[in-house]
Amino acid sequence: MNDITEGLRAAFWLLVSFDAELWEISLRSLKVSLSAVVIACAIAVPLGTWLAVQRFAFRRTVIAVMNALMGLPPVVVGLMVYILLSRSGPFGVLGLLFTPTAMVIAQVVIITPLIASITHQAMRELWAEYHDLLISLNTSKWQRVRTLMWDGRRALLTAALAGFGRAIGEVGAIMVVGGNIDHATRVLTTAIALETGKGDFALALGLGFVLIGLAVCVSLVTHALSQTERRGRW
Amino acid sequence: MIRMVWAAVAAVFIGVAAQAEEIKLAVTTSFHNSGLSDVLLPQILADTGLEVQLLVVGTGQAIRLGEAGDVDAILVHSRSAEDAFVAAGFGTHRREIMYNDFVLIGPKADAGAVAGAQNAAEALTRIAEAEAVFVSRGDDSGTHKKELALWAAAGKGPESFGAWYRAVGAGMGAALNTAAGMDAYILADRASWLNFANKGNLTLLFAGDPVLFNQYAYLPVNPELHPHVKAEAAEALEAWLTSDTAAGLINGYRIGGETLFTFNAGE
Repeated sequence: MNDITEGLRAAFWLLVSFDAELWEISLRSLKVSLSAVVIACAIAVPLGTWLAVQRFAFRRTVIAVMNALMGLPPVVVGLMVYILLSRSGPFGVLGLLFTPTAMVIAQVVIITPLIASITHQAMRELWAEYHDLLISLNTSKWQRVRTLMWDGRRALLTAALAGFGRAIGEVGAIMVVGGNIDHATRVLTTAIALETGKGDFALALGLGFVLIGLAVCVSLVTHALSQTERRGRW
Repeated sequence: MIRMVWAAVAAVFIGVAAQAEEIKLAVTTSFHNSGLSDVLLPQILADTGLEVQLLVVGTGQAIRLGEAGDVDAILVHSRSAEDAFVAAGFGTHRREIMYNDFVLIGPKADAGAVAGAQNAAEALTRIAEAEAVFVSRGDDSGTHKKELALWAAAGKGPESFGAWYRAVGAGMGAALNTAAGMDAYILADRASWLNFANKGNLTLLFAGDPVLFNQYAYLPVNPELHPHVKAEAAEALEAWLTSDTAAGLINGYRIGGETLFTFNAGE
């Protein structure tokens, strides 16, 4: 119990003293995870919507596989991205290993199935509602997908936030592909793992509280930007 | 208001990159946890303009990173693995830099009476006979290999051990945390132990046997095998690590009044 109080105190001091290192790793955490969410959304949202609208052979199989991939073990993703990006691997010439870019790639792989699955669930219900209308208007496939994505944007926001939550809290994959290099690829979660290894639980917990606070802030800002949860727009 | 928030979001994505030349060095957890790197790295940057990026991993992984050419050099402590690394052509040569020593950590009650042992082999034999809980790194690191060599010297092998022998497969810090939680014996390097904050009920029980000395060596990755490695930077780093400046900093690094590392780079 005492450790938790110590952790809260450490978090408080880190924040009020504007600790330069804390800022650096927090910003890097944000940068990596937000980039991953943007890229993953660009892939997953159209994909999830399209899966709701389109009927084709093996559709069920594709959806089942996508749902299963939501549970991809991050450390396995990390290892695979590591092997691909290693100097001895197929993409070694790019020299991307142990850079923030490699971390973004790993996180995109982890969260794309999650965002696509949530999108698909939401869009399937919306499609049931819009089906007759959009068919009778003789819309093209792409128009239907666009309409659904726009009218379902609130559900998509939830999907994106779920992806962000998984990305920013993830440690297994980015530890392997990022390497936790000070001033280069160290982010909040890997710093927490490092401090725990040193037995400095107070600092580790302090960083943990900062991480939770950051996730809450991002969620609040996102809601403010998208102007949801306002009167008359339930 | 909303425009301001967007501006803040955009600002997050605009970063400034450091301009110093970067070199990637894979080091062992024990080296980094000791805190010595925090002393050496700023001085290296000031003297040579090299920004050393540390990848803190176990010796096993450090050697894999070197073999794959993902780092420019490695600094590890496992003689046999290092010799194999050079013999297979992955590294150009092996340069000894410094040493520290391993210590046996255990619960204050010391059920195995390790504190009175004459040498390391006897200390381990006593633990095995008492079947006292022992935490092993179990991660193919330099420390783990040392521990296995010590068991072999004591005429025992972990395969024959019962449930009291617990291989956790973790770094030095995590393994120490586990040992503290279980009141177990553990082999650790002195630096990690002194820097470890969560000592709990554990204490240093045995040290000083010469077989416990732990030699660190620097091995640059072979540029003939991996043309992209920064061979010149690796050479400059080696020159610095074997210089008098490095000797002063390494010998002068103390925690709680205790010297951790002894500089012994030849010529």
